[in-house]
Amino acid sequence: MFFHHALRIDEDLCMGCMHCMKKCPTEAIRIRAGKAKLSPNCCIDCGECFEACPYGAIIIEHDDLNDIFNYEHRIALIPAVLINQFKDDIPTSLIYQVIKELGFTQVFEIEQMADFLIDEIQKYAVEYAHIKPLISSFCPAIVRLIQVKFPALTENLLLLKPPVDLAAMYWKQTLKKQGVPEEKIGLFYITPCAAKIAALKDPVGEKHSQVTGVINMDFIYNQVLRKIKEEHRINAENTENAEHSKISARASLWSTTEGEKKNMLGRALAIDGIHNINDFLEKVENEDVSDVDYLELRACDESCAGGILLTGNRFLTVERMKKRAEYIQKIENQDDRFEIDQDTAEYIRNNMKSGQILPRSMMILDENRSIAMKKMALIRDLMNHLPRVDCGACGAPSCQALAEDIAKVEATLTNCIFLQTSMEGRGGMTSEERVETFRKIWGNK
Amino acid sequence: MMNFEYPVQAGDFTNAGSASSSVKKTLKQLNVDPSIIKRVVVALYEAEVNVVAHSHGGTIYVVIDNDKIAIKLEDKGPGIPDIDLAMTVGYSTASPQVREMGFGAGMGLPNIKHNVDYLDVKSEVNVGTIVEMIVNF
Repeated sequence: MFFHHALRIDEDLCMGCMHCMKKCPTEAIRIRAGKAKLSPNCCIDCGECFEACPYGAIIIEHDDLNDIFNYEHRIALIPAVLINQFKDDIPTSLIYQVIKELGFTQVFEIEQMADFLIDEIQKYAVEYAHIKPLISSFCPAIVRLIQVKFPALTENLLLLKPPVDLAAMYWKQTLKKQGVPEEKIGLFYITPCAAKIAALKDPVGEKHSQVTGVINMDFIYNQVLRKIKEEHRINAENTENAEHSKISARASLWSTTEGEKKNMLGRALAIDGIHNINDFLEKVENEDVSDVDYLELRACDESCAGGILLTGNRFLTVERMKKRAEYIQKIENQDDRFEIDQDTAEYIRNNMKSGQILPRSMMILDENRSIAMKKMALIRDLMNHLPRVDCGACGAPSCQALAEDIAKVEATLTNCIFLQTSMEGRGGMTSEERVETFRKIWGNK
Repeated sequence: MMNFEYPVQAGDFTNAGSASSSVKKTLKQLNVDPSIIKRVVVALYEAEVNVVAHSHGGTIYVVIDNDKIAIKLEDKGPGIPDIDLAMTVGYSTASPQVREMGFGAGMGLPNIKHNVDYLDVKSEVNVGTIVEMIVNF
């Protein structure tokens, strides 16, 4: 298997309804025996299927919150989008406080590392000015999309680690300096999406990540909100926007759309939404887009505020993030901002380059070109017989996908209900055979 | 060996690039090296836009073999009066409208030549142009 995946299909809940299959940007899903099946080589953990599923049958596996108690130092690494999902009457300081009450010894907003990262990206962009465009590797679903669908563009990826990894390095170094042994440090990332889990469990180009565990953001959100409501923690005293962290205004906006772009020199573009990005990368691959220096690409609409594990509405979350940044700007006291001491900064600088990201094309019909040519000739021939209505009844997302499956010996032409009907009409298929074929795809519906 | 044929409409910039995209997908499926795919696609896209921008329409013929791709673009139109001049970087006959759409910078043919292993341009004024190119895998 190519990748570790955070997404899993719960077969007890799956109805095989095709919603996920139709939405998947890499055509990684087929229906077999009435259940959705995920192809591990094609899935990029973007979570489009999770959003499309009407039955909650797509599961995102995360670590148990109780795991944190195996460590003396329990750091919650939180993205800024967690804070701003809560309504305005819940102040940042209260959210920090309640997360600690769940058992963490420290709460750290990972975007505090963004100021440091922005400086490093700017230096990197100067050093690699010959790579045009430089493509951000912040969104792990996009890194994987490029690996499987746009292999030639892997060379354009910026090879610097994202804020969560830098935050993990920062805390490990800081605590080690205080004499804390490594086995007593637990770094837990509260994730807004499945792609981040997959990336941390199986980092591209790395052996393992510095992060100890990953907990889904919807789970933490529910725990925090429940505690606040149950204990009547909202009162007049704490309802003013008491800012708690030492994050800078621009760092707090890092994960919103244009959060990277705004800090880049030269011509930079910010695109969100995986289907938009797919179309745009087609153009980049044709070299139809010239003179773009930097591409900020985020799989989710409204970037991380649209992460599949967020509970709050993405637009309201972004609005609150902008308001918070304005507020920080107003109170900004230069002496009281987050800073990394020189030793630790040096350590991070020396360890923040990620490994080479290699192409993992999922499109190859066969490693051997003459066999691949034969398969392609077969696909073209099959397309002349298939109805091209992309109905999905064969269990594949399109007629083209069925033809490709047949060429890879993963499906048969009789899976097509149009061809079944005409074959039965000509006596080429019995109704028993049709029922049997139907069951293979749709189970006992 | 596999043959593909793509018609190209004059002035249809909306669909300029559809042949390149289709060929690109095919080459990816055939496990052709990504850097070679890139050269083919860049050259073909340039040539496709040339037909859209300058001719009265034409056809793209693509032949893919085990070891190479051969592409022929045949169009009807004004033709190229001086091929050597057209091969010069920066030389362009594109109208201001075409340039406004981001095309016609005079990089077309030189850029194609730079990306392919073989290029042949034949043209007859007021009849049309035939561009043939080969990229080895």
